[in-house]
Amino acid sequence: MTHINNLKSTYYTLKTALLTIAFSFVSVFSFANHPTHSTTIDSTLVVAEKSHNSEAKTNNPHDENHGEEKFDINKTIMEHVADAHDWHLWGHTSIHLPVILYTDKGLDIFSSGKFNHGHDVYVGKYNYKNEHEKIHAVDESGNVLENVKVLDFSITKNVATLLISVFGLILIFLTVANGYAKRGIGAPKGIQSWLEPIILFVRDDIAAPNLGKHTSKYMPYLLTVFFFIWFNNMLGLIPFFPGGANVTGNIAVTMILSVITFVLTNINAKKAYWKHIFLPHVPLWLYPLMIPVEIIGIFTKPFALMIRLFANITAGHILVLSLVCLAILFKSFAVGFATTPLIVFISAIELLVAFLQAFIFTILSALFIGMAVNIESEEAHH
Amino acid sequence: MELVTPSIGLLFWSALAFFILLFVLGKFAWKPITQALKEREDSIDEALKSAEVARLQLESLKTDNQRLLNEARVERDKLLKEANEIKDQILAKAKSDAKSEGDKMISAAKEAIEMEKVNAMNQLKTQVANLTVDLAEKILRKKMEDRSQQEVFVNDSLKNITLN
Repeated sequence: MTHINNLKSTYYTLKTALLTIAFSFVSVFSFANHPTHSTTIDSTLVVAEKSHNSEAKTNNPHDENHGEEKFDINKTIMEHVADAHDWHLWGHTSIHLPVILYTDKGLDIFSSGKFNHGHDVYVGKYNYKNEHEKIHAVDESGNVLENVKVLDFSITKNVATLLISVFGLILIFLTVANGYAKRGIGAPKGIQSWLEPIILFVRDDIAAPNLGKHTSKYMPYLLTVFFFIWFNNMLGLIPFFPGGANVTGNIAVTMILSVITFVLTNINAKKAYWKHIFLPHVPLWLYPLMIPVEIIGIFTKPFALMIRLFANITAGHILVLSLVCLAILFKSFAVGFATTPLIVFISAIELLVAFLQAFIFTILSALFIGMAVNIESEEAHH
Repeated sequence: MELVTPSIGLLFWSALAFFILLFVLGKFAWKPITQALKEREDSIDEALKSAEVARLQLESLKTDNQRLLNEARVERDKLLKEANEIKDQILAKAKSDAKSEGDKMISAAKEAIEMEKVNAMNQLKTQVANLTVDLAEKILRKKMEDRSQQEVFVNDSLKNITLN
């Protein structure tokens, strides 16, 4: 018995030791994975000392010197969640993405490096200035020209990520399709066998129960939207290049997706769907109330889709970033070690949310389309 | 607020990217994939169905076999029974035949023995008679050797014979 107990205690000691080592590795990696923050730590630490020493002299927190800005957690998080014209890699290294602007004078295409992180003015057909990732036309003295409309079609960080994910998804699924072409109805292999259950899940558990006999018609859209959202959610969770962008947490992207669902729902809707909206089964005196409610309902459903995906993914990013920023805010490695397990835990939950939100968006799209196209069979039941 | 204001550029690019993705995947990925999956499911379905049919056929074959076996068993039992009966009959007949034959033989033997006995008796009688006659002759001869005795005897005999 004592022998076994000894073994047990040895095992637990080993396990604890291993876990400690693992966590310290994770924290090291997590700092390595957030090069911005590790460098920011260094600079803030230095800045802290510097500002402490030079407080009497300068007394100016918004110094022109880049390294001497005070750490603003709100600004940092918003910068990471929002879109950007540069793709920050580490320290002072970033990829300068192309800026494409359209004004009444025509197109202007140039590198975002020309802005020098918002410090410089680029002279094109107008003079352009990048103010907090929003590009304005300015006059010679740097004042914003309010009457010039600048349409920004730049390849931003999110657009670049979108293109990467589109390329990646095409590569992955052409490989899968090639697997089917090669093996026919034989057993799947490799990535094909890994993705097949998910494709079947989308078909049998998301599309088929809602769409019934119309399933095959909407499968391409549902599969694309599911894998597009999932892939981009996952990509967003990777803290370094080529991840890190908040694509599915951007309202423009979720808006496009929900607009497609909206259009698919309403152009394929059966007569009974419109009848249900404009001639509902209620007493006539309720019509002035019901018809507006039903009409609003057409729009609230995709609107909820758009907000849900955007809010969930953005909230996840903000949560993880806040935890990461804690260590920087407290200027302490101890806090970093303490928050690292929490960051790992939240990231694991975000991994689940990434799948869940893709699933929810797809199943609700299938549900809305299904409600519009299968309404006759529903009517028959009443 | 900045975060909830969709930017025109990203709207344009994400729509473009998504439609390209939808088109390429729809044409080159989802179509062959869903078709292959459908084909595989159909083939599995068919295989299961044909297996079911085969199972049913096997079952009916089995019951047929069982029926044939049962019939054969019944036939065998019947044959065995008949054979037994025939055997019994043959045995009984053989027994009775043997018995009657034996009886016949015994009675014949008895008759023969009886006949032999009578013959032997007769022979013995003749023998005894012959011996007696011989003996009497010898005795007579002895007694009649001298004349006087012959005379005596004749006289006695004559005396005994009364001529009436």
